[in-house]
Amino acid sequence: MKRHLLSIDDVTAEDIVRILDTAESFREVGTRVIKKVPALRGRTVVNLFYENSTRTRISFELAAKRLSADVINFTTSGTSVAKGESLKDTALTLQAMGADAVVIRHSSSGAPHALTRWVHGSVLNAGDGTHEHPTQALLDLYTIRERLGRFEGVRAAIIGDVLHSRVARSLSFALVKMGAEVTLVGPPTLIPPDAPRWGVNVSYEIDGILPKLDVCYMLRVQRERQRQQYFPTVREYSQLFGLTRDRVGLLPDGALIMHPGPMNRGVEIDSDVADLPQALMEEQVTNGIAVRMSLLYLLLGGTGSQEVDGDA
Amino acid sequence: MPEAMHQRVVITGARVVDPASGTDGVAGVEIADGRIAAVGDGVSAAAGATVLDGDGLVLVPGLVDLHAHLREPGREDKETVETGSRAAAMGGFTAVAAMANTDPVADTAAVIEEVRALGAKTGLCDVFPVGAITRDLAGEELAAIGEMALAGVRIFSDDGNTVPSARVLRNALTYGKAFDIVIAEHCEEPSLVEGAQMHEGYRSYTLGLIGGPAEAEEIVVFRDLALARLTGARLHLQHLSAAGSVELVRQAKAAGLRVTAEVTPHHLVFTDEQLAGYDTNFKVRPPLRTSEDRDVLRAALADGTIDVVATDHAPHAVEEKEAEFDQSPPGTIGFETALGAVFTHLVEPGILPLARAVEALSTTPARILGAPAHGGPIEAGRPANLVLFDPAAEWVVEPPFASKSRNSMFLGQTLRGRVVHTILRGELVVADGKAQR
Repeated sequence: MKRHLLSIDDVTAEDIVRILDTAESFREVGTRVIKKVPALRGRTVVNLFYENSTRTRISFELAAKRLSADVINFTTSGTSVAKGESLKDTALTLQAMGADAVVIRHSSSGAPHALTRWVHGSVLNAGDGTHEHPTQALLDLYTIRERLGRFEGVRAAIIGDVLHSRVARSLSFALVKMGAEVTLVGPPTLIPPDAPRWGVNVSYEIDGILPKLDVCYMLRVQRERQRQQYFPTVREYSQLFGLTRDRVGLLPDGALIMHPGPMNRGVEIDSDVADLPQALMEEQVTNGIAVRMSLLYLLLGGTGSQEVDGDA
Repeated sequence: MPEAMHQRVVITGARVVDPASGTDGVAGVEIADGRIAAVGDGVSAAAGATVLDGDGLVLVPGLVDLHAHLREPGREDKETVETGSRAAAMGGFTAVAAMANTDPVADTAAVIEEVRALGAKTGLCDVFPVGAITRDLAGEELAAIGEMALAGVRIFSDDGNTVPSARVLRNALTYGKAFDIVIAEHCEEPSLVEGAQMHEGYRSYTLGLIGGPAEAEEIVVFRDLALARLTGARLHLQHLSAAGSVELVRQAKAAGLRVTAEVTPHHLVFTDEQLAGYDTNFKVRPPLRTSEDRDVLRAALADGTIDVVATDHAPHAVEEKEAEFDQSPPGTIGFETALGAVFTHLVEPGILPLARAVEALSTTPARILGAPAHGGPIEAGRPANLVLFDPAAEWVVEPPFASKSRNSMFLGQTLRGRVVHTILRGELVVADGKAQR
């Protein structure tokens, strides 16, 4: 594995299998009374969050703590420029404090790349602008593999604001890498015209796609996009692309419904649909901790697999 | 008069390439009292003269840059007229046009005079201040075009901004006809490049950066050419980046419009693929586009559809360029690499004949700038604004630069072709690759 995880480009299909296999062994830790292994004892993980994202930060924090790493949360809103201290100076400070890994969430695409110039430890991209969110994609892959047992030939649709979605990019790249068949669905204003070069299909219509799916992945659609004239009204968006109660019947039995959260109930997904048993949002969250444990463990070169099973 | 004006310099054995006189051959050049005294086989080292051995070197008229940002007044932390002039001289330029987006903006004769005086005081190259088209570059009210024209300003530009209103630009073009001036436009339709960080296409979608399409440029080029036709005025299109723009310019020229166009060395060399690592030195406006665009720009420069190469030298502070990509200002420095870049990437591979390169870097921009002392011809009696460069010299682009900034898109590149001597009105301002002041 490479030292950093900045995008799905940084991992091979073999790496992904290894990450998911390792996550599987960590998954069990979360079911114990004492949810802790000593794999990263004495190592320091910094959560550098320039964007509010309680769920991702907590997930990484729990992952690091369950590996017995020391965790520092550095949370701030806005860009480093607005804040006064540059990203570089913050990075140099973290470097001076001996951070072994920096988990960064930032509103600017490419901020994790910049960070790698100034810190020696591993950089994990926890979502950068509208670029990528690779750990989200990997936890989604974990969830899909656990449920369907395979990727090859799995038919997945990623539905919604693909243009602005870092999740959609990472998940598309990862699914294609693993041999799945991906269709991006949404209004033409929100699908990059060159998306087919990613190895995916594109559809501007949802009803014809749903009956063929193994995985129906809904993206959050921000109301802001209406103000920016990407679609006329939120109501029209929901009618055309929302996963409504009526539409959900078009999905084959056993198809998975997924969403990276936070959901806009009533916009991209009906409330009742979100609460169906085949909707896996909570499972995604649970798996997220195990996958992030796996990533921290593998990137920081945890000292040996036997320690995974060792007592805390 | 500086003492240097009386310096006698004799250049022997250099290959003289001078499009203005159609010269390409080895000749000696003698300089006295700031002027070329003699050119030809008979020139030999006279007593008391500084002799420059031109063997293996190329002697061309001093380069002329129609597009540079010297940042003074206002952002002296990035560049001053002095450091910019030094960088220009190191790059072989003897004349540069300094864009108006200073603080305060050069929209009155007072700012123009200040910049010009700073240039004269430095004396390392001739600085031609550009006047703003609209007050404060705001695109709404005309700047003091007449006042600045009477103060000797030739080129007017709101560079950095397109004049958003067709009516305002029409009036500027029409009003300018009372003077011998050139309206130069930065072409990007504002509503299509709002927030844009790079060229819109596969790369921008994959990198998650907001893109600006090539059509943003083409729309403005089309509009401006239509206004040039409507007004009959003189129009110059700055730093063209898109293949579609080139075709529009070709048609306009065929139709007899008074239009000229420029391209930067970086648009002739790089493409949007360079953005993959989010290196902010590759962030420029207009953005680097595809290899197809780049190849069309190269061909258009070779066939004369694009008239000149201009650097768009745009220095920025280190801390600004080290910021997040979308927070970082666009621009690359360009004076010190322009000749090497054009020579390495266009002349050596046979895309551009050397004489055409010299024409695009000196002869034609001098004519557009209205700077008769520059751009050749290299003939007896002419002001001695000359540059000697070594076409075989290989060098790696790296700091220190003569520019105050180091945001170069060419950092780390090996270039062939380097300036050895720059002569401004007979004075060796750069000798053996070193600025003399």
